[in-house]
Amino acid sequence: MGNWLRSALAVAAKDIRLELRSKTSLLSGTVFAALVLLIFNFARDPTGLSALDLAPSALWVTYAFASIVTLNRGFAVERENAALDGLLLAPLPRGALYLGKYFANFVFVAFIEAVTLPLFVLFFNLDLSTSWWGIMLVAILATAGFLAAGTVFSAMVIRTSFAELMLPVLLLPFMVPPLMAAAESTAHLLGGRPLSEVMGWLRFLALYDLAFVTLCGMTFSFVVDE
Amino acid sequence: MSMDLAQAQRVVRRGAWLTAIAVVGAVGIYVMALSFTPPDIRQGLAQKIFYIHAPAAWNAMMAFVLVGIASGLYLWLGDPRLDRFAAASAEVGVAFCCVVLTTGPIWGKPIWGTWWTWDARLTLTLFLFFLFLGYLVLRRAIVDPMERGRFSAVVGILGMLLVPFIHLSVYFFRTLHPQPILMKPSSPSLPPEMLRTLLTSFGVFTLLYIGFVTLRYGLALATEAQEARRHA
Repeated sequence: MGNWLRSALAVAAKDIRLELRSKTSLLSGTVFAALVLLIFNFARDPTGLSALDLAPSALWVTYAFASIVTLNRGFAVERENAALDGLLLAPLPRGALYLGKYFANFVFVAFIEAVTLPLFVLFFNLDLSTSWWGIMLVAILATAGFLAAGTVFSAMVIRTSFAELMLPVLLLPFMVPPLMAAAESTAHLLGGRPLSEVMGWLRFLALYDLAFVTLCGMTFSFVVDE
Repeated sequence: MSMDLAQAQRVVRRGAWLTAIAVVGAVGIYVMALSFTPPDIRQGLAQKIFYIHAPAAWNAMMAFVLVGIASGLYLWLGDPRLDRFAAASAEVGVAFCCVVLTTGPIWGKPIWGTWWTWDARLTLTLFLFFLFLGYLVLRRAIVDPMERGRFSAVVGILGMLLVPFIHLSVYFFRTLHPQPILMKPSSPSLPPEMLRTLLTSFGVFTLLYIGFVTLRYGLALATEAQEARRHA
């Protein structure tokens, strides 16, 4: 088990090192997320809709899009110089490969989310002094849910034509339950409600993450192996 | 080679016959529903749409469940027949889902006063529709048949797992949809004439499902035979 986890972390470390050298995906992902937040602000009529009413959906639509953009590159980098073949030839359990890719994606998306959260506070003029750690908990659990099926699909779509279009078409239905839970609990937390009130949603998110990571790890070998 | 094509043609012919019988049966249901079944006391004629809506919904759900089961078995056994069946069932399920999503609003407008509402069951049906539309799009985008089978089976299995989660998440909202009248612990609360029509329509639509799937399965066989001939 320790060996298995070490392999997963090695794959994740490889991806993170690769990204830190080029920084293209992190940078463009962050700019993209900031722009989506900006557009949401201009699409809102301030006399008709208060910022607090729109904020949870704006935040979660932005995070969902940022996840898709990040996922699109996850396996695309492995296609260059047939790097994926090298990974598959390594004595690496497929479940560990999945988990490694999943960890790396999680780090990227979490970074983008962490950078854009202050912008979100600024643009929507919010007060997160009491609710920030509740929102962070929601963000961690929901992002983990977005990326579970997303990592499998991103490995799938690189073999298809129109990969960038195929990923959202496949993935968005899978994002609905965590998106709904995250937006609902963020709305409660921003409204000053205690964390205990969203406990049901948090448990739901944790269950979703656990179920999908397990099943995706189990089926991943059917996606990458010839 | 031509053996395969002949077999495909046999399956297509069988599917066409089953579909033809089911279509005649569907005409029979409309006659039965309009002339031999009393109108609902509160909903009037609008209720007649249930004899299409409910069996279509039942068959769409059944089709999607069978896609999930066939996908799991395909990954386990690797039998191409299971993959062909899953593809056929998904396509027919999407078609039935279209029927559900169009007849529902037609009924909803006069009875609920709105075409659409984000009620638990409507939302679930809509997302299942999109999920399997994605499944079909993915199938078209992959050229290699082995890869297509494996990928779509993985999506089929993950889709099965998604259904309870969508159901759970949308159930936190209050539901407007009529509660089950047939599959409930106490006995069905429908007058016998209506129950007879409804059960007949379920039977006819299931036959329609079998006919469509057989037809689609045969067409897939024919496509494969044609491909094999071209490569030979």
